[in-house]
Amino acid sequence: MTTITPDQAMTDALAEEMRRDARVITFGEGVATKNYKLAAEFGAKRVRNTPLAEGIIAGTAAGAAATGLRPVVDLLFSPFMTFAMEELVNSAGKLRFISGGQFSFPLVAISRTGAGWAVGAQHNHNLEAWFVHAPGVKVVMPSNAADFKGLLKSAIRDENPVMFFADIGLLHTPGEVPDGDHVVPIGKAAIRREGSFVTLVSYGKTVNHCLAAAATLAEQGIDAEVLDLRSLKPLDEASVLASVAKTGRAVIVHEAAGPCGVGAEIAAIVAEKAFSSLKAPVVRLTGPDAPSAASFPLEAAYAPSAERIVEAVRKF
Amino acid sequence: MTTVEAVIDRNVTQALETMLLIRTFEEKSAELQAAGLSPSMCTSVGQEASAAGVVSALGPNDLILTNHRSAGHLLARGADPRRVMAEIQGRATGYCGGKSGSLHISVKDLGVILTSTIVGGELSLVTGVGLSLSMSDSDAIATVFFGDGAATEGIFHESVNLAAVWNLPILYVCENNQWQAYVHRKETMLTDHVSEWAKGYGIASRTVDGNDVEAVAEAAREAIAYIRANRKPFFLETYTYRLRGHMEPDDQKYVDPAELASWRQRDPIAMLERKLLVDGVLSSVELAAMKVNVVKRVEDAAAYALESPYPSIDQMTTDVYA
Repeated sequence: MTTITPDQAMTDALAEEMRRDARVITFGEGVATKNYKLAAEFGAKRVRNTPLAEGIIAGTAAGAAATGLRPVVDLLFSPFMTFAMEELVNSAGKLRFISGGQFSFPLVAISRTGAGWAVGAQHNHNLEAWFVHAPGVKVVMPSNAADFKGLLKSAIRDENPVMFFADIGLLHTPGEVPDGDHVVPIGKAAIRREGSFVTLVSYGKTVNHCLAAAATLAEQGIDAEVLDLRSLKPLDEASVLASVAKTGRAVIVHEAAGPCGVGAEIAAIVAEKAFSSLKAPVVRLTGPDAPSAASFPLEAAYAPSAERIVEAVRKF
Repeated sequence: MTTVEAVIDRNVTQALETMLLIRTFEEKSAELQAAGLSPSMCTSVGQEASAAGVVSALGPNDLILTNHRSAGHLLARGADPRRVMAEIQGRATGYCGGKSGSLHISVKDLGVILTSTIVGGELSLVTGVGLSLSMSDSDAIATVFFGDGAATEGIFHESVNLAAVWNLPILYVCENNQWQAYVHRKETMLTDHVSEWAKGYGIASRTVDGNDVEAVAEAAREAIAYIRANRKPFFLETYTYRLRGHMEPDDQKYVDPAELASWRQRDPIAMLERKLLVDGVLSSVELAAMKVNVVKRVEDAAAYALESPYPSIDQMTTDVYA
C-alpha cells in the first residue's frame, strides 16, 4: 500500500497505462504544462496542450479513438462539458450504433466537479446523470484514492467512451492505494460498511458523509450498510437489490440535484424489483435544484451532510 | 493520341459516369420518397463534380469523413449502390444494417468513416483521424466534406485552427453550395468564399469551380500532393450549387428562380457531356450506352433495396456498447 492523493492516483494510473500501451495519449487544456513529468517521459506527441476549446478536444478524442488511438482527455471542470456534449453524446456515444458496429470509441473524458474549491456554478455542477441518460457512454465517479486509480485504469482499457468524474472535494485527501497494477472493474459497487438496518447508497464525496453518518448511527445502536456505487453506468443493480433485500430500507445520497438524478433511478429500480423487501419508503437526499454557490458555507451545505443522513435514518 | 491524353480521357469519362450514377441514384431515391416507398433524404444534385473530382484524386488508404449529403462521396468511392439505397430505406442489407438511414452512412472498408449528420460533427472528428494518421507511419490523409453551413458552426473554426497548429494531414473540402438548409448563404456570412476564413488560420487554401470536375480533380490532386509532402492541412473550397431542396420533398419556393436558372445553365453533368462530345472523347452512342448502364444499375439498386428485409427488432439494442 502507498498513501497518495486521488489527484496523484490519477496521474499514476495514466502514466502506468501509457507505459503499458503506446496507443494511450493524453491532451487537453494545460495537460502538457501541468503533467510535465508525463510530457518528459512520453514526449510531445503523446502528451499535448490544446486550445481552450472543449468541442474540438472531445471530437478529436472521438475521431482518434475510432482510428486506433486511446485518448484520455482532460476537460477540466464538468460544466465545460456542455461545450463538448455534441462530440461526446452524438459522436462517441452514438456512432458505434449508427454505423452498425463499424467503430468503437475507447476514450476517457476526465472532468472535475463538486464542492471543495469555492469555484461557483460554472465550474462546479454535478451533471454526471446527464451522461447516464446518453446511450453508448459509461460513467464512473470514485470516492477514494484507490478507486480513482483503479477505475481510471479500467476506463482507459475499456473499449467504450468513459466519462470519469473527479470529485473536487476528494482530490487532495490522501488514501491508501494498493501497489502494483491496481484495477477496479467498471460496473461493480463496493460495500464500504456492512449493516442490517438500512442501506445508504451513494457515490463520490457523499460516500464519506454516509460513513460518518453510519458511525454516528452505530453509537446509537443503528446498523447502517454503506454501498458505494463507483460506476453510475453500468449500474451495479444486483448489489443495490441484494443490500436492500437484506436491510429493507434505502437512503440514497448524492451531491447532484435530485430531479431525474441517479437517486431517482435507484429509487425506481428498488420500487420495481425489491418492493416486497421494503419496510419503509425509499428516501432521497440530494443537492437542491439550484446552481452551486461559490461561498464556502453555501457550497458545503449543497451536498447532503452526515447530520442530514442521520436524521433521515432516525425517521424510519 | 499520347498515353497521357488517353489516361486523362479515361479518367474524365469515368468521372462522367460517376456523376451520372450519383445523379440518377439520387433522383431515383427522391422518386421513391415521393411515391411513399422511401424515407426522406438530402440530395447533392448539382454538386456531383465536387464529389467525383475530389474522390478521384484520393489514394486507396486515404480516409473520407462526410455528412448528411453523402451519396455522391460514397458512390464515387465505389460503394455498392444497392447497399447505399438499402441503407437509405433502413433495410438490414444496408451498409450500417439499417441503423443509419440516409443521414450518416459510413463504410469503413472503403475508408468512408465516421459520417456525422450533426452539421459540423464531421469537422470535430476529422482532427482525431488526422491525429491518428500523423502518429502512424502511413502517408494517408483524411478528407472531410462539409458545406458552407457547417463553416458557420463554431466547431469549424476550432477544427481548422487545431489542424493548422498540430500540422494534421487533412484535406478540408468545403462544398459551398450556397444554401444552408433553408437559408441562403448570403444571409449568414459576409464573404463569398469560405476559403477566406481558412486563410486566417494560416492554412493553404484555394477556391475552385465546383461544377467543373476536371478543375476539381486537378485542384484536389495538387492539394493532396501538398498534404503528403508537407504533412499539413489544405483547404479546398468547391464553389457549387444545390439544385434540389434541402431535403425531399422540397418545393424550393424560397429559391430565387433567376439564381436557380443561372446555375441550371451550369449543370456540371450537362457541361461535361457537351465538352466530351465536342472534343470527340465520347460519341453520342457511347454516352447513351453509359446512361442506359447507369439507369440499369440504379433500378437494380432500388429493386434490391425494396426487396430487402428490415432489421429484426432485436437489432434495436445491439452495437450500443463495444
